[in-house]
Amino acid sequence: MKNIALRAVNMSATLSKRLILSDLNVDFTAGRWISIVGPNGAGKSTLLKALAGLIPFEGEVSLFEKNLSSLPPRERAQQLAWLAQDETGALDMRVQDVVMLGRLPMQGLLGGITAQDSAACESAMRQTQTTEFANRLLGELSAGQQQRVRLARALATRVKVLLLDEPLANLDPPHQIDWLHAIRAQVKSGATVISVLHELPMALMADEMLIMQGGRIKYQGACSEAPTHRAVEDVFEQRVRVIRVEDHLAVIPRLTPVS
Amino acid sequence: MKPTTLAVWLIGAALLLALLGLQVGSDGFEMLNCKGLVNCAFLGLQSADAAMLQVMLDIRLPRGLGAWGAGALLGLSGALAQGLFRNPLADPFLLGSASGATLGVVILLAALGISPMALSALQSIGLTGAAFAGALAAVSLTLILAQGVGSPLRLLLAGVVVGVVLGALSSLLLTLAPEVMLAVQGFMLGSTSFLGWSAVAVLIAVLLICLPIALLASRALDALQLGDAAAQSLGLQLPAIRLVLIAVISLATGAAVAQTGLIAFVGLASPHLVRGLCRPQHRALILLSALCGGVLLQASDLLARGLAAPRELPVGVLTAVLGGAYLLWLMRSSAKSEATSHKEML
Repeated sequence: MKNIALRAVNMSATLSKRLILSDLNVDFTAGRWISIVGPNGAGKSTLLKALAGLIPFEGEVSLFEKNLSSLPPRERAQQLAWLAQDETGALDMRVQDVVMLGRLPMQGLLGGITAQDSAACESAMRQTQTTEFANRLLGELSAGQQQRVRLARALATRVKVLLLDEPLANLDPPHQIDWLHAIRAQVKSGATVISVLHELPMALMADEMLIMQGGRIKYQGACSEAPTHRAVEDVFEQRVRVIRVEDHLAVIPRLTPVS
Repeated sequence: MKPTTLAVWLIGAALLLALLGLQVGSDGFEMLNCKGLVNCAFLGLQSADAAMLQVMLDIRLPRGLGAWGAGALLGLSGALAQGLFRNPLADPFLLGSASGATLGVVILLAALGISPMALSALQSIGLTGAAFAGALAAVSLTLILAQGVGSPLRLLLAGVVVGVVLGALSSLLLTLAPEVMLAVQGFMLGSTSFLGWSAVAVLIAVLLICLPIALLASRALDALQLGDAAAQSLGLQLPAIRLVLIAVISLATGAAVAQTGLIAFVGLASPHLVRGLCRPQHRALILLSALCGGVLLQASDLLARGLAAPRELPVGVLTAVLGGAYLLWLMRSSAKSEATSHKEML
């Protein structure tokens, strides 16, 4: 029997009186990397926020079979980390202090920094190649470097579930590949990673794909399977093609519209 | 500069200013006869120095300590306000406490001219009580208008509205009772002249309550710099934290304003002065801003006493001039260093 990390049952969410998520039912298997894709406005980020318990929603979400809404915030944060798509704060904080904030749920407001906290931060900074910036201010770094620091903060949490909203924004190709290695290492160590991605070739490297449109789930399946590729092409109105090049999947734009 | 080094400098400056403060009176700077003072204090010998000792112990020492305490409370509140609202222009009075305190004082003074009962009210709660009550009432009104602490933006807007409306009410009362204008103006310019031992006790007691709570919330303030949602995702209960911090800011500014009147700029400038010298996280920033605020007000108090002796200058004007000039200097030097690093990058 599959171990479910996160389960949403009849989940709906409304923002500014507009229905963004409509009656979703979805399971996220533990120890897997699941990418969420879909056109703009499909509700991907809202789904991630709702799964993180950051916005009100109808229905029920369970985190390892415990009702998310009834979990105390700190207990929830000890099991689940969320990385925003448009975080711009803390620019006048030192990089190592920003990464250390990832350990806040473990330390609490009164706790000090333990050897375990330092080790987790050092390891996360090594994985994201941000160690060299440790003593610089976040605002002094480029957008891509800042994004790597924020990813380091999420990795430093060492939680069981990582929710990452467009984590590849501003990253150059070599650092996207580093990100891929970091995520695979997380999954190998037993973590569940759920990431919203616009980079379709990277999204297809996940174990599973969740395809959304208009606040609903259009398809969920393994990234390696052909029906998933057809679903990707459908949701993007046949304007992209998923093709296999040797052992890899590539996504190319279809320049002539399909009648 | 390291935060600990800055702390040592600020504590050293506070001690030096406290010693200097004992030597500055209505005639300006006076050299003290230390031997005579020690003889009076410890051997009980009667001489002209005995009167001087009395002046130092009853007037100058509490005044210096009180100025430090009020400045420390304003510096601490400024650091909390700027962290809580993620706004470097936030000052401790932004929730309406200043205009509330002023209105409290205006009402009491204006009522004195109308009703003899007001005299007994003045005796029982005093101007400090009226200012404190006014400050807390204004912050409460801001919280009600903002419908709680859920939205920092709503809180800021409600604070502005309360500040403007209560300020207008004060002006209205002043036009109806112009005879209290001078006294109210004294309050609005701030004064450390009347700080006695009871004021010192109040200020230090409030500081001892507010500082530990602020330090406990310092990690939450660090996390808040990431944004509300990110801070929430780290397990923080934002409404509870905001409420506690607003209570601390209100108590600290209410106590300081009640004892010294409106002291401009200390709360706004102290965190900036600290950040200009080192880049601490909130735990150190709160502590250093309190120390810096204390030193700033102590120095202003000394200058207020000594610059135009025997006439005393309004201390609030001096804090604005001192703090403003230093902030300008910081802005110029940081602009220069930015330009240099930009050239280096090119």
